[in-house]
Amino acid sequence: MTTTTSRVNPNVSDATARAAAKAANENQPVTFGKALNTALADALTAEQSVVIFGEDVGTLGGVFRITDGLTARFGSERCFDTPLAESGIVGMAIGMAMNGMRPVIEMQFDAFAYPAFEQIASHVAKMRNRTQGRLPLPMVIRIPYAGGVGGVEHHCDSSEAYYAHTPGLKVFTPATVADAYLMLREAIDSEDPVVFFEPKKLYWSKEQVNLEELAQQYESGKAARTEGKARIARAGSDATLITYGPSVSTCMQAAKVAAEEGISLEVIDIRTIVPFDDESMAASVRKTGRAIVVAEAQGFASVASEIVARVQERCFHSLAAPVLRVTGFDIPFPAPTLEKYNLPSVERILDTVDQLQWEA
Amino acid sequence: MSTDAHADRMTEVSDKFGITPEDYMLPARHMINLLDPDGTLRPQDKQGTEPGHEYPLPSPARLMEAYSALVTGRRVNDQNSALVRQGRMAVYPSSHGQEACQVAAALCLEEGDWLFPTYRDTVAVLTKGVAPMEVMTSFRGEWHCGYDPKAYNCAPMATPLTTQLLHAVGVAHAAKLRGENTVVVAMCGDGATSEGDFHEALNFAAVFNLPVIFFVQNNKYAISVPFSQQSAAPSLAHKAVGYGMAGERVDGNDLMALMSVMTRAVRLAREGNGPLLVEAHTYRMQAHTNADDDKRYREDSEVAEWKAKDPVIRIQSYLDDAGLLTEQAAADISQKAEAVAKTLRDGMNQDADTDPLELFEHVYSSKTPQMAEQQALLADELAREEA
Repeated sequence: MTTTTSRVNPNVSDATARAAAKAANENQPVTFGKALNTALADALTAEQSVVIFGEDVGTLGGVFRITDGLTARFGSERCFDTPLAESGIVGMAIGMAMNGMRPVIEMQFDAFAYPAFEQIASHVAKMRNRTQGRLPLPMVIRIPYAGGVGGVEHHCDSSEAYYAHTPGLKVFTPATVADAYLMLREAIDSEDPVVFFEPKKLYWSKEQVNLEELAQQYESGKAARTEGKARIARAGSDATLITYGPSVSTCMQAAKVAAEEGISLEVIDIRTIVPFDDESMAASVRKTGRAIVVAEAQGFASVASEIVARVQERCFHSLAAPVLRVTGFDIPFPAPTLEKYNLPSVERILDTVDQLQWEA
Repeated sequence: MSTDAHADRMTEVSDKFGITPEDYMLPARHMINLLDPDGTLRPQDKQGTEPGHEYPLPSPARLMEAYSALVTGRRVNDQNSALVRQGRMAVYPSSHGQEACQVAAALCLEEGDWLFPTYRDTVAVLTKGVAPMEVMTSFRGEWHCGYDPKAYNCAPMATPLTTQLLHAVGVAHAAKLRGENTVVVAMCGDGATSEGDFHEALNFAAVFNLPVIFFVQNNKYAISVPFSQQSAAPSLAHKAVGYGMAGERVDGNDLMALMSVMTRAVRLAREGNGPLLVEAHTYRMQAHTNADDDKRYREDSEVAEWKAKDPVIRIQSYLDDAGLLTEQAAADISQKAEAVAKTLRDGMNQDADTDPLELFEHVYSSKTPQMAEQQALLADELAREEA
């Protein structure tokens, strides 16, 4: 780690901030967005080489307020606005990572990250390899993604497959408040570049999580690692729903309804698409003998397709039915009033569960 | 930083030269050119300089150092082209004719400063101090860049156009945040200035007031497309003013002018006056690469015209006339160049020692389980091949 001069605002001590956070945590549930915000603040505190920048992340605190208060607390050299140019943001972050910093940058929306694709695919992903490990790029590209929020065109894409298809990138996507915190901390501390997909429909979701405690666990190394470790979101025995990001909550609802109908569904949240946890997924499917992959992205040539292929390669002899998929349709993401027809729904998941050859 | 603060900064620097901010940012009315093609030092009123656009002449010792690097650079270009013809190297984009630009780009920097070269900037990378065989690693068909960028403060030679300019901006930005006084020279060609990242890099550098010198070698061709089809700007240097930085044009075959202009640019950047754009007018004497046929898009007469402006002959004549290039000095310089050429010949005549299994080693800090499986599969195939 490089040493940098402290830019922390001396008027707000860490102790004060932590005490305030603690008080807040003990009494009320925490939003997914607040967990991300706290993870960023804690990373800025823990490591002087962490810098945050992007469009509107400074004074405004980001269009989703994920960087709220960071400039005021840590100063405008640690969290700052850039000109409006995504390739520029990613390209500058590459240079900063080459020179000892750990940039955490925000792409304002999924589809607005496309101008940066060359920088990401040709350089973020390949600099370590091109230099035989001499120029690692420890950086995080945060991307709010997916639908379910009534967003207009260019604001609802599920673009994870492009990045997952690119060797050299890690791809994380949390689905719970606790994971939002832990996975972002891990991503920032990773020696590899991480594309961090935040399901924007979850930003306002709340859970009873003590962030202060989580931070202590993470910093003392006691928190279980999330990278490459899928999570059993719900245990079950009849079939496995394999999913990630915004679709986890939909699968949990589907499992609840199915349980009322006497079907026990296991829900696996894969958490990190890259690296991928084949073992946990295969263990579940070998146990249940049936699997459905659920993801919001269009299904053709998708992460869901890859998961189906991996399941059948590993679990063929345990399968009682073909592995099926519930994904977005192969159409551009629809307008707000029509998105409900495209998104994987509880009904569509349950209909697909019905097709898993239960009679055979 | 507010717009007012930018204006104040420009006023501050233009005040130093006693000219208006506009006159500071706009390039001098004429290209900076100190030596005639025959090596004669031009009279001061014909050097293209004007009040506020004046340049320190390099010392004789500095000129000799640059000339030595130039001779080596020319020798390396020609040696590499020969190695490609002999099938010892996969590809080589020669910078024959542009060596003076490349030497100046590297020599103007001081210890701790960074260079961001392109694939045609072999000579700049060599001049920055990278070992000859390390520079040529990627051109012999290896999968990696061959040298440790941090050991030399020299980024990998960039193949995509202008993406590296933003990396240069980032390196300068990180240094500035740490309070280090690092200057960065970021290189690209005339065709590359049409790319979006050229614009984004110049804009970011200016907005964050970073010490980056964008050094454009205008060699008149982007593979086959002539400069007239890249830009309708009065000159590439004029683009600087739109970003709020200073621009300058220089004769790219005039080593003395290049050293003067680049040394001044580095000094201004280091003093906190923000980025600069320098456009060097030169000419790509050979085809884009060995795979290109330049007879399809340009006349021999045009090439001949530029041959008469050759950068090596020009400075050599000057040094000769100035009595600096003694027989001994000339012999030493030539011997040095020959030694580098021999290193390349000897090195390239040996087959590269590559291990296919290493292809999996540096993609991530540690291999994913899937990559470990794939590496094992390949290892198994290789073992069977050998058995």
